[in-house]
Amino acid sequence: MSVAVQAQANSRLLLSGNDAVARGVWEAGARVCAAYPGTPSTEILETLAQFPDLYAEWSVNEKVAMEVAIGASMSGARAFCAMKHVGLNVASDAFMTQTLAGVVGGLVVAVADDVGLSSSQNEQDSRFWGRFAHVPVFEPGDSQEAYEMVKLAFDVSERFDTPVLLRLTTRVCHVKAVVTVGERHDVPIAGFTPDARRWVMTPANARVRLPRQIEREERLAEESEASPWNRVDDGRDRRIGFVSSGPAAMHLRESFPEAPIFRLGFSYPLPVGRIREFAATVDRLVVVEETEPLVENALKAAGMQGIHGKDILPRLGELTPNVLIPAIRGLLGEPAPDPTTYPHVEPFPRPPTMCPACPHMGIYYTLHRLRRRVQIAGDIGCYTLGAGSPWNALDTTISMGASMGVALGMDKARSAETKDKAIVAVIGDSTFLHMGMQGLLDIVYNRGNVTALILDNRTTGMTGGQHHAGTGRDVRGGDAPRINFAKLVEALGVRPERIRTVNPYQLPVLFKALRDEIEQPEPSVIITDQPCVLSEFYAKQPSFRVAADACTGCGNCINVGCPAITVTRTAVKKRDGAADVDLKFVDIDAAMCTGCAMCVESCGPKAIVACEGAGR
Amino acid sequence: MNTVDVITNILICGTGGQGVMTAAEILAQTAVAKGWDVKKSEVAGMAQRGGVVTSHVRFGRKVHSPVITPGTADVLVAFEVAEGLRAIDYLRPGGIAMVNTIRLVPPIVSTGQFRYPDDPVAQMRAAGVAVVDFDAGAIARGLGDLRLINTVMLGAIADRLPFPAEELEDQIVGRFREHKPAMVAVNQRAFAAGRDAAASGKRARTMMAAEA
Repeated sequence: MSVAVQAQANSRLLLSGNDAVARGVWEAGARVCAAYPGTPSTEILETLAQFPDLYAEWSVNEKVAMEVAIGASMSGARAFCAMKHVGLNVASDAFMTQTLAGVVGGLVVAVADDVGLSSSQNEQDSRFWGRFAHVPVFEPGDSQEAYEMVKLAFDVSERFDTPVLLRLTTRVCHVKAVVTVGERHDVPIAGFTPDARRWVMTPANARVRLPRQIEREERLAEESEASPWNRVDDGRDRRIGFVSSGPAAMHLRESFPEAPIFRLGFSYPLPVGRIREFAATVDRLVVVEETEPLVENALKAAGMQGIHGKDILPRLGELTPNVLIPAIRGLLGEPAPDPTTYPHVEPFPRPPTMCPACPHMGIYYTLHRLRRRVQIAGDIGCYTLGAGSPWNALDTTISMGASMGVALGMDKARSAETKDKAIVAVIGDSTFLHMGMQGLLDIVYNRGNVTALILDNRTTGMTGGQHHAGTGRDVRGGDAPRINFAKLVEALGVRPERIRTVNPYQLPVLFKALRDEIEQPEPSVIITDQPCVLSEFYAKQPSFRVAADACTGCGNCINVGCPAITVTRTAVKKRDGAADVDLKFVDIDAAMCTGCAMCVESCGPKAIVACEGAGR
Repeated sequence: MNTVDVITNILICGTGGQGVMTAAEILAQTAVAKGWDVKKSEVAGMAQRGGVVTSHVRFGRKVHSPVITPGTADVLVAFEVAEGLRAIDYLRPGGIAMVNTIRLVPPIVSTGQFRYPDDPVAQMRAAGVAVVDFDAGAIARGLGDLRLINTVMLGAIADRLPFPAEELEDQIVGRFREHKPAMVAVNQRAFAAGRDAAASGKRARTMMAAEA
């Protein structure tokens, strides 16, 4: 159990930003919390679910999580939802209207941006939602601030009748820092009061709310101007005054200990008046903000002159000291010697691999063999790795669930060269339930010809193994209703004859199923049914070894892609009248192998055998 | 100046599953127990799938940035030798690299797409880095449990930290005392073995330098 859950009030703890947010949400008296997993936000809900005195759930997607939180807030409970940056795109339909309707119980939305792209498909800047949705934005820079700000966010939400955004980044979520925690406040649930003019957002009712939203934003601007979270960390060197927020402000303080910094914590509405006063106390103003020039442009639009920002700083990635120091020293006309003494060496890349025995490898091994005949639309999850070596069996990845719609679009836009290609969509179980179902329904309804592969490994793998509606477990690990994928896709209109469930470790069976289905002139679904090797449902088997005298060096097993298979020796086989053949002799790392036997299926000369005494 | 006034920067690197995160956590908790400010940054993203794992641990009176700037690490702790080489630019002049000599060869190398350096430690030394290298895996195996690598590595850096080695050892042992008391003694031995390995590694180097 997380120390954030166990700790008594006034304890001094080392907490990640995510754990600190969870603790703050609990202390604030939240009763209903919902999320869909997404790096770097996932652990917030994982920790919240460990508190016994609140309701927590893994929702089917971020929009549903948002709606669950909205319903609880309407019912007078303090409510919270968390998601990664791209998750708020999904949830934004509900969000953009609820900002008009307002709240009863405080409603706080944590959104985590992946600045630096550690595990995401884009680097969008969620601060823009503040202005877009007319809601206040809080931007903590570390765990202690995240903990304090999320509590304040609930108060601001209720006082101003608005959802509040807590904008985190990877360097808040996944940095551990010291936090002194407090105790939970009991906030009773007020109950739902029907009020159609407020909760039924017809045009007539919404129109009445619009002026209130504008008036609310004016009051929020006054609150932001007065907020102690917008403050000057003073310094003696007045040649440059900085405006900054979040982790960038921490990097800045580290880099320029004597510089005055206007630190934005309550960053939307922007306290332009206070920043203007600050600017008058320094020689020039530099805005240090990660990714987009949002504050910089707002200050320029407010008529402030001579502001620096993205003219000297990058628009992508983190603004760490090694980025900031040369840029700022350059502006001052000072030398910025490289602090490194030793060279940077990149011996070889170490890209992520699939885990030994991962059932996804069977799919990509098979797709690789059919590569010339198929176009493959992929999706978001561990199985996106199928685009890489040795499979090279994925052509697109866009967003959650996109494999289905993209595949249909490809089917409807065939050229003379691609008219005979089979279109395959590959999607995981959690991603299919998140946003893939609608796309498959569209394929059926619009008579598309797509073979959809649902890789059901009974977990949300990429984010570390969270439960979902298809695992049979709830967020706390208890029994839960489990969706039946075969029945689900049949209900979406796929004919029962075209729905197959296969074991992805049985390569010949999988190959035959896939080859047959891609030739059908209608939608097909192949569901794989073996669990993630990191999940509670996976049972390890005794490991295999390579009989060295039997290995012919054909390298076929390497195409399975299992990291437990290593090449021990290479050779070149000369052939009369034909090209040379590269031979790769292999071994299996017994410490990594969990005995899935997929490689055994791939080995022609039967050189992969059970370890002695393995009891097979 | 008191040791707490200077920020201590420790960079720990390795690959997914080696225990980098745990070692970083123990170091950070030792500093928390002293009442110091601490920040610990993790870059794990897709690490459990075989990628590089690094953790930045910084402590002192007040820590602002959670990341170590290249050229400023006091100690580099490498759980894997090529990962140590990859991170040497983080070391400050006079900093030290404590390197486990295990070679973990990824598929991208074993299938012939890239080459693993022949002698990463020699490459580090050639660049001027002060390296103490030893086989932490052999030491851990000798003590009967490969998982002790973590404790061996922490023992190896224990005499290069701004607090007594015993405080770090207490933090390690404290994790077992309540729930796995049988693990206490063996972790103490692993910690001592790591300290010895680092000390004798340094002695060997000093002798070599004297002979040269």
